[in-house]
Amino acid sequence: MQRVAITHVAQSSGMESKESLMDFTYRVNKEILDKAGLKRREVGCIVAGSADIFHSGLSCANAFDWDGIGAFLKEGSRAEESAFSFIYGCMRILSGRYETVLVTALVKGSENPDNDPITSFYGDPFYLRPVGVNESVVAAMQMRQYLERYGVTEEQCAKVAVKNLGNALFNPYADRKRRVSLEDVMASERVYDPLKALECAPKSDGVVAVLLASEERAKTLSKKPVWLSGYGCSMDHFHPGDRDLLKGQLPAAAQRAYKMAGIDDPGKQIDVAEVCEPYAFQELLWCEHLGFCGEGQGGRWIDSGMPLMDGALPVNPSGGVLATNPYPARGLYRIAEAALQIKEEAGEHQVGKKVRTALAHSTHGFGGQCHSVVILSA
Amino acid sequence: MAKEYRTMRNDVTLPYQWALGKTWSRFFDGLKDGRIQGTKCAGCGRVYVPARSFCPVCFTDTTQWVDVKPEGKILTWTLVREKYLGQVQEPPYVVALIQLDGSDCGFSHFIGGFDLSDAGQLKRKLKTGAKVKAVWSPVRNADIRDITCFVPVE
Repeated sequence: MQRVAITHVAQSSGMESKESLMDFTYRVNKEILDKAGLKRREVGCIVAGSADIFHSGLSCANAFDWDGIGAFLKEGSRAEESAFSFIYGCMRILSGRYETVLVTALVKGSENPDNDPITSFYGDPFYLRPVGVNESVVAAMQMRQYLERYGVTEEQCAKVAVKNLGNALFNPYADRKRRVSLEDVMASERVYDPLKALECAPKSDGVVAVLLASEERAKTLSKKPVWLSGYGCSMDHFHPGDRDLLKGQLPAAAQRAYKMAGIDDPGKQIDVAEVCEPYAFQELLWCEHLGFCGEGQGGRWIDSGMPLMDGALPVNPSGGVLATNPYPARGLYRIAEAALQIKEEAGEHQVGKKVRTALAHSTHGFGGQCHSVVILSA
Repeated sequence: MAKEYRTMRNDVTLPYQWALGKTWSRFFDGLKDGRIQGTKCAGCGRVYVPARSFCPVCFTDTTQWVDVKPEGKILTWTLVREKYLGQVQEPPYVVALIQLDGSDCGFSHFIGGFDLSDAGQLKRKLKTGAKVKAVWSPVRNADIRDITCFVPVE
């Protein structure tokens, strides 16, 4: 079967940029084409990841985005969840029609309203929006259930923020750079009790681009292509009240990806993971669902040191979403970071161990309504 | 909002008119009359509140309307202290998932009726599993805020 490779990666800093969105988009896409030695006209097609009105103040935002991505005179399409943009790009290669596909996700979080007013609009205007449901509200209710059902402690959840913000100090592209102690996180305001301010992701800028190529083309473009070896996705009910918030669809998405990649012991076979954790405790819950530890064992898992940068299975060496949250682009950032770890190009946040297999995860919707899992291999 | 580099502010206001459809209209008309109604799936037996036209699991039409009690238990909750643009009310306030007696899902609404700044009351009244009952709004418009909030029952 045809294989798909990531040959190159380029990303902007997550920090506030003074550039216009169009110029900000252009810089990173110019960089990736220069790295690959490709002219704009040589790229097969384009898949973008960007969000409309709420995250950009634009309708049909991709219409504005195309010039900066270099899509003029090409086939282009877009998804709002950038992990979907990635898999749609892979499918273009698998169709046999294109040898290269440029996948780019972008947002300038610094230009639009805060996350909470925006995610309030995920709710319908009949039942959820009028009673103040937003992404943080559902996450906080999910966290309370996580603490109460399994006896995971607030300190164990806070440790995720300490770990990820600590890792971010070694990532030149990270947005929130601040060394925090467990006491700092625990003492930060209980904004959505039991969630604390330092356990909630910031709002970041970010453009990230990934160049995909067919097997044959990848070998001429890169000395070290990274291969897509597994993918899975699954969706849950819309109403948070229709679900058990602790038994979502991530295990289903992960199993689909693992089956495709031939993984039966994820805790041993995966070398590093980039997990989408807009709220600290979610990293622990997601790691359970990914099979890195048992049900309700997320607290012990972080206590054991396994997910630390020098642990047996480092999680979010980049600092994750708690450090950098370019909202619709955050999934593709996870994929790009996982690829960089395999390529040994992650720089100061390159993990100590040899990385042959990396996992990237993305989520969106209330309490993880949708999950995507991508497995990449050397 | 002001930045040290040049920006241009742009505010957008757009009206939307969402259709309710038959089932949600009947649900909201029920609220106006002080009734909370669900629909039952003949396939799996689940009772959904608010009422649905179809069971999202079995993917078949729901056929039976049922009245559920305006009381139930707290499944989970959060105390909101954060202030943000366009917020539904001044914080602090509590949002919860409530399982109404006779239903099989969580219903999103406010918990209130006591002083949220009183730590002792908070600890005593706001517990997962605690029993709560609906407080009806004196003015009703056939929408979800016809219920003001749910209050803990001692």
